[in-house]
Amino acid sequence: MIALSGLTKEFPGGVRALDGLDLEIADGEFVALLGPSGCGKTTLLRTIAGLEIPTSGRIRIDGTDVTSAPPGKRDVAMVFQDYALFPHMDVTANIAYPLRIRKVPRARREARAAETAARLSLSELLTRRPGQLSGGQQQRVALARAVACHPKAFLFDEPLSNLDARLRLEARTFLKRLQRELGVTTVFVTHDQGEALALADRIAVMSAGRFTQVGTPSEVFRRPANTFTAAFIGSTPMNLLPGTVGDGVLRVAGAVLPRPGGVPDGPIVYGVRPEYMDLSPTPREDAFAGKVAVVENLGAAHLVTLESGARLVQVVVPEGEEPASGTAAWAVPRPDRALVYRDDRLVFPLPAPDGAGSPASGGGGLPASDGNGPPAAGGDGRPAAGGDAR
Amino acid sequence: MSERAARGGRGGEATAGRAGSGERATPSEKGASRLGERPKPGERVARTRHAVGVVGRATFLAVVLGFFALPLLWLATAPFDTRPGLTTSVPEFTLRNFQALLDNPYALTSLRNSLIQAGGSAALVVALAALAAYALSRVRVPGRDALLYVLLLLSSVVTGTAAMVPLFELATRLNLIDTHLGVVLTLSGGLLPAAIFIMKDFMDGTPTSYEESARVFGASPAQILRHVVLPLVRPGLATIAVWAVANVWGSFLQPFILLRDPEKAPGAVILYTLYTEGGAPRLDLISAFSLLYSLPVVVMYVFVSRRYGFRFHGGIKS
Repeated sequence: MIALSGLTKEFPGGVRALDGLDLEIADGEFVALLGPSGCGKTTLLRTIAGLEIPTSGRIRIDGTDVTSAPPGKRDVAMVFQDYALFPHMDVTANIAYPLRIRKVPRARREARAAETAARLSLSELLTRRPGQLSGGQQQRVALARAVACHPKAFLFDEPLSNLDARLRLEARTFLKRLQRELGVTTVFVTHDQGEALALADRIAVMSAGRFTQVGTPSEVFRRPANTFTAAFIGSTPMNLLPGTVGDGVLRVAGAVLPRPGGVPDGPIVYGVRPEYMDLSPTPREDAFAGKVAVVENLGAAHLVTLESGARLVQVVVPEGEEPASGTAAWAVPRPDRALVYRDDRLVFPLPAPDGAGSPASGGGGLPASDGNGPPAAGGDGRPAAGGDAR
Repeated sequence: MSERAARGGRGGEATAGRAGSGERATPSEKGASRLGERPKPGERVARTRHAVGVVGRATFLAVVLGFFALPLLWLATAPFDTRPGLTTSVPEFTLRNFQALLDNPYALTSLRNSLIQAGGSAALVVALAALAAYALSRVRVPGRDALLYVLLLLSSVVTGTAAMVPLFELATRLNLIDTHLGVVLTLSGGLLPAAIFIMKDFMDGTPTSYEESARVFGASPAQILRHVVLPLVRPGLATIAVWAVANVWGSFLQPFILLRDPEKAPGAVILYTLYTEGGAPRLDLISAFSLLYSLPVVVMYVFVSRRYGFRFHGGIKS
């Protein structure tokens, strides 16, 4: 188990890369640190590895305080973004290097390297130098080197970012399977939300040195705790529109929608993913009107951008139903997928899966039960709100 | 992060380079289209000027080439000439000059002394420069660059003629007069700043993620240096070593002053003693000895360049 408490890192010059982070990572768990560049995710990983010393706060690995322990004494293995394979050693020597440091006799460590290499289908490449390997092979060698030393935790610093798109998908599946089989606690840094959603048991979304949300992929995807997370997660950017609640209805960008349950009157930010909207060719009251400005082909679907003044609304339309550019269209949000934020906090749907918290479905015909409890969130023991640092 | 930025920068340069070559393509196309037309008077003048330029450049290069080639030619022929002069000519072949050289009691020992002094200095310079450059490259020291530049500036003074008197005084007090160690220390001191400067460039060029990776696996600083850093900068070490050997091999003043005993004098100093009592140069001995004296350095250059390849980073040439 890796436990961080109040972890803060200030660089000389006053830059606060990490700002009082608390997180517990269970044994065998796969946690992704997700955020834009400069949010502190790599610094956090390097601090766990011991390459950076925190300004304050503690790090415990399996109950032992390792805050000031040197990197080599923490029993973690790190895979760097550029893999950091030693260019002057062949694959065997690279994989066996951690064992060489531990003074494992040459014959034993080479046997173990060969064994690990076989597992990662690298047996043919044992005598090659890193320079003679493809990007995918280098990545697997770097993984093998981490696996061969049987660490308590894997730390991955964007290990897939140097691969081309196709290979990245393969490597992703491979990595997930390997981690499942080995059952080693893993911290994975990425700026790719798709990678985080696909790989992780839990995602910690970071911004400016803080966690904005920590939760399972489906929690983070379905109920982003704030507009930052809402905008960051998802393959198409979420529509975030200002609106007001009053007179028993919700008014957003010209649309009049049923009032969400339990939200008092006042200004709000209305969020809905492009995937959760339908396009109507005829005017409707509960829809965002606009002119089709751009149609982008996503393959199996089209991303349509509706323009109305300075306001843009994006809708994903199934194959074959895309409208012509320049025509008027109406985007209808699916009410059960809507998110309502006030003061940058999610106010609807509320988290409480156990009836008491939600005064429920008084206003409007919203099927509140569906929006309230994503099954994954209910199944997971950790409270979603606990991760909200603000 | 910074590393990624650097990579991005390199990518940018590459695209800029491509854009540049694209632009370059246009004038040549223009030239091609112009070939079909009749040359105008202005163009004829331009062509004549071009031809004169080519002839002038060739003449200049020939003179410069001759300037450097003639002494080398002399070095190749004079040692085998029965009566070597200051001119280059086809020799009347003989090996008598080498025979005479072997009779000189100091000639061969001086080459051995040169080897000791050059080898010692090179070893010292490489070892210290590698350690110092590694530290300077990886640890943030305030005023680091200023320190390096000042050292570089002073190094030419320290072993130069200006500091010879205090150096002699120092060597006398330390009982280093007439010892190889005295010469090695003095010369190494002069070479170190430039060596550190060049080595630091090599160290800066190796990504820190290699070392960090080794650190996470538990390697000690000494292990990191031995297993990772030194193998990575080996071309740099080779460059420094060769450069140090060549420098010491050719130095005259310091060993001339610091060594009294001709038994310990290196080749450069012994070359200076090959005169008759009357003060006339013994060209037979000098030419033969010059050849023997230059061969080891040439052999070393060829060997090291084959084995490691020379590299200078950041455009620094010594």
